[in-house]
Amino acid sequence: MKVMGYELPLMSSLIVWAILWEILGQMDVSILLPPLSAVLVKMVEIIPTQAFLSALAVTARGFLTGTILAALIGVPLGILMGKSIIVDRMLLPWVNMFLSAPLSALVPVLMVLFGIGEQTVIITTLLFAVWIIMLNARAGVMQISPSLVEMARSFGATPWQAFREIYFWAALPEIIAGVRIGLLRAVKGVIIGQLLVSIIGFGRLFELYSTNFLMPHFWAILLVLFFFAFLFAEIFAVLERRVRYYASNRT
Amino acid sequence: MSMQQTAAVLDRSQTDAAVAVRGVTKIYEGNVKALENMTLDFPRGQLTSLLGPSGCGKTTLLKIIAGLIPATGGEVLVNGRAVKGPGRDRAFVFQDFALMPWATVLRNVGFGLELRGVPQSEREAVSERYIKAVGLSGFEQSFPHQLSGGMRQRVGLARALAVDADVLLMDEPFSAVDEQNRRKFQEDMLALVEQEKKTFIFVTHSIEEAVYVSDKVAVLLPRPSRVSEVIEPKIDRSVSPDAMRRDPDYLDTVERIWTALRTYVE
Ligand SMILES: Nc1ncnc2c1ncn2[C@@H]1O[C@H](COP(=O)(O)OP(=O)(O)OP(=O)(O)O)[C@@H](O)[C@H]1O
Ligand SMILES: [Mg+2]
Repeated sequence: MKVMGYELPLMSSLIVWAILWEILGQMDVSILLPPLSAVLVKMVEIIPTQAFLSALAVTARGFLTGTILAALIGVPLGILMGKSIIVDRMLLPWVNMFLSAPLSALVPVLMVLFGIGEQTVIITTLLFAVWIIMLNARAGVMQISPSLVEMARSFGATPWQAFREIYFWAALPEIIAGVRIGLLRAVKGVIIGQLLVSIIGFGRLFELYSTNFLMPHFWAILLVLFFFAFLFAEIFAVLERRVRYYASNRT
Repeated sequence: MSMQQTAAVLDRSQTDAAVAVRGVTKIYEGNVKALENMTLDFPRGQLTSLLGPSGCGKTTLLKIIAGLIPATGGEVLVNGRAVKGPGRDRAFVFQDFALMPWATVLRNVGFGLELRGVPQSEREAVSERYIKAVGLSGFEQSFPHQLSGGMRQRVGLARALAVDADVLLMDEPFSAVDEQNRRKFQEDMLALVEQEKKTFIFVTHSIEEAVYVSDKVAVLLPRPSRVSEVIEPKIDRSVSPDAMRRDPDYLDTVERIWTALRTYVE
């Protein structure tokens, strides 16, 4: 972006919003919105605390387990959907339904099934991430050049070899894109899960801070979480660029 | 069944066909009749071209021989044995190259061997030999997108050669290659047929190309799809390529095939 001939740094729009936030906060518009500077000070203060670090650990565990499970389940199922019309017909309606369904509404049901604890959070994370991962893997497989599949068959590939050596790699750019979007949804999933379960991780902290109107604490934690979500997405965006060279050269 | 088998054995003793197509019919879904009762022999160690207008079933026939799709009726014998699926005695060269974009030239060429579980050092040695044979030395570590169309097809060719199949099936291998490269390729093909003692089945749209490289040209016609004529260009290949292209026999043969095809173009 260029303004008056100056090349603005990549995230300059964030700076504008940060300034706006600070001004509104200083004007004391609402007790719900403390100034950004107060939030940042609070952030530096609470990050090293035991409560924060253990919440972070619990969240990281739920997030990673949920996302890894989502990828391990979503990628092979998505590839199968792309390969087989029968599997596709059977699964696609469900995938589409869950993709747009308000999953938060399911969390109470999950709590009944899996108890009020980490398990429910992991399942919620999984449910937030898995559908988009499936759909992307499926899309990746569907654009594979048929002659590449025929090539593998003509050289004697078993179905498993074709799956591992051709389908997976040919769909890799889409798979990575799917996992990247899945990660962002998983961040949402892990937080919503924890909020509703509200006795573990950040859910507990949020509960604590917001019921006590500790708004700077509340915002500080949100900022930290946004930062992590952004970081994960960026890491995957880099991976995506690394495989793009062949994605654009597929025939 | 038993009669058919006897017939096949008799034919084999007479002509020694590496591939024998026996009354093959192919009807696609939606009642599209691509081949009807086609019978054709492919002599061992020779290059036979399938030539014909678009849609006459050349690719279909080649895929049935490769075992990639089943015939609706009839059978294909490779070295006397009925084809039931893809096999090690046949290797395919694809019109669009069908290279793995994520793998190096070296790995692409060795892919057939890799699928067979040949140890890495051994298959790389074989791959390197064939990469050299097709004139791509120095490009072992390149990726397909870094190569020109002609070079990519050489990779496809090297991959097919590396598995050491008796029969090479080539579906318009040069159609995505520019004219200069194409000529060079055709000359290389002749050397290859000479050297490799393999049976080549070669699909092409180009009459000149078919006459230039083939021992035998099968002219196919559509609706109903059949072999209209089998021509054996008897061209003196000991002379230079350019002299060969001016040879009256060569020009006569081209003319003859053109006459056979013309009625269908009009
Ligand atoms: N999978 C398929 N399903 C239905 N019809 C098909 C299928 N593949 C080919 N056909 C039809 O069968 C006929 C023969 O096709 P084929 O691809 O074998 O022709 P070809 O001689 O290779 O043509 P070209 O020179 O254009 O490559 C065509 O009419 C085509 O439309
Ligand atoms: Mg064809």
